Amino acid sequence: MVSTSIDRPDVFHDIAGTEIDVVERPLTAWQRIYDNGAVRKTVLLVVLALIWEVYARALGNPLLFPTFTDTLAALLSAIVSLELPEAAAYTLSLLIKGYLAGLAIAGVLTAFASVSRIGADLLQTLTAMFNPLPSIALLPLALIWFGLGDASVIFVLIHAVLWAVALNTFSGFRALSPTLKMVGRNYGLSSTGYIVWILIPGAFPSILTGLKVGWAFAWRTLIAAELVFGVSSGSGGLGWYVFENKNQLLIPEVFAGLLTVILFGLFVENIVFKTIEAKTVQRWGMAS
Amino acid sequence: MYSRRVSSDRQCASPHHCDSAQLTSSVNATSATEPLLSVRGVTLRYHTKDHLITATYRVSFDVLESDRFVLLGPSGCGKSTLLKAVGGYMQPVEGEMLLNGARIAEPGPDRAFVFQEFDQLLPWKTVRDNICFALTASGKLQRRDAVDRAMHYIDKVGLTKFAANFPHTLSGGMKQRVAIARAMASEPDILLMDEPFAALDALTRERMQAELLQLWEETRFTVLFVTHSIPEAIRIGNRILLLSAHPGQAKAEINCPGIDEVDAEGKPLSDRIQEMLFDRIVQQGEPENG
Repeated sequence: MVSTSIDRPDVFHDIAGTEIDVVERPLTAWQRIYDNGAVRKTVLLVVLALIWEVYARALGNPLLFPTFTDTLAALLSAIVSLELPEAAAYTLSLLIKGYLAGLAIAGVLTAFASVSRIGADLLQTLTAMFNPLPSIALLPLALIWFGLGDASVIFVLIHAVLWAVALNTFSGFRALSPTLKMVGRNYGLSSTGYIVWILIPGAFPSILTGLKVGWAFAWRTLIAAELVFGVSSGSGGLGWYVFENKNQLLIPEVFAGLLTVILFGLFVENIVFKTIEAKTVQRWGMAS
Repeated sequence: MYSRRVSSDRQCASPHHCDSAQLTSSVNATSATEPLLSVRGVTLRYHTKDHLITATYRVSFDVLESDRFVLLGPSGCGKSTLLKAVGGYMQPVEGEMLLNGARIAEPGPDRAFVFQEFDQLLPWKTVRDNICFALTASGKLQRRDAVDRAMHYIDKVGLTKFAANFPHTLSGGMKQRVAIARAMASEPDILLMDEPFAALDALTRERMQAELLQLWEETRFTVLFVTHSIPEAIRIGNRILLLSAHPGQAKAEINCPGIDEVDAEGKPLSDRIQEMLFDRIVQQGEPENG
């Protein structure tokens, strides 16, 4: 073997007393502001509102595209007259009923699926069949079955929520690490305890995804159902508010209604679900 | 006392100096005390997608109170499967396993498991609550007593400062310490450890082994410890069961002095273990692959 070793001396460094200019330094105020996601997004919203205002003024046709300030004024007066809050409350009460009912059924289906193989097959088959079916497509049928009224809307809402939540929860249960499952069984928990204390928190990242997807489906379905069929159900939800004002060519009011729909969406997505996420999966280091 | 099924069993007066032929059929010489855990003629099989696999074949051993009993063997010898069966996660197709004379039927808090994986702590609970939950879930303790006991064991593994931390903020070694504290806190009849240090770096592993022995000195728990590392088996165990590869059969059950003792012929214990495991003579100075 050819020796490749060159005669290299040992080297020692004396690092005591070295001057290092920055070891740790707080960030500047600007850096901290820019790091805040809420601030960045608010700035973006302001810019979008500005663009809207500028474009609408340039267009000068309030019947087609009202300005941001007109929309805001319509929104404020609708809020003051309680017309919009009442419509929103009605829509929200329907949403909550449908959402909770969907969650309950999803819970039952998932529980069945996680204890038996045939239950799992049933869940997967049903999900594969019904998940691609837009909920709104079921509304005509629902109107025939349940008549004009809340029951039909709640029926389609359940359909919107159920499959997304059930599928995500079940796949979350499945994906839970085998080690954690064995740990859970080692604790000597009852089977309900095992589901409540181990499976559900362990699958929470997936469950949360299901809840978010289910919420988005439900919200869209509900507004669409009110827009199209609100007349017949004779009620005054947000979609109905938009529809009615369009008929009277009160376009700023239409925009105000749509803005409310958007604001609700933003609120639930960015405040409600963000908070749940921060308090759970992020705190636990489980966020993917 | 219990009756022995195998008539060819020979008592080995001093297991230290038994030759390997004798060792293969020798049983625990200190059978005067009732065994805590008794595994008799256990065959374990499991299904993969298209095979039925025999993991262990007619393995027998007894673990006594305060034993540090090591299951040692190459990968694929079914030692982890055996441990899982003792944990109650699977049932033997042949033979029986008795804990304090009662047949092991399902997992339970009387056998606390420490796994190799770092994800064995519940991510949604702090270090303290992970341990508390182990105590309250089985209805063993009230919340207040559970907190006290949890803090006692957290202190024992030197993690008091991290009691309020969530597991994902800890290093691998610290997670394993919490898992050990959790297992010890439930004060089980026997601790089952499935290569708990295998995923750690060498330096941390050394320290954890020393800490485990220190804890044993303090509380004298009984532990059944699975490893594939000969040096670790010698360091941890006071008795070592050697298992052959695929399917696992008991090759020998030997006492261990805790150090790699050199026998009268000048052969270190690790070399003798290696010879017994792999049926070949180890030359002096041959590098170890434990």
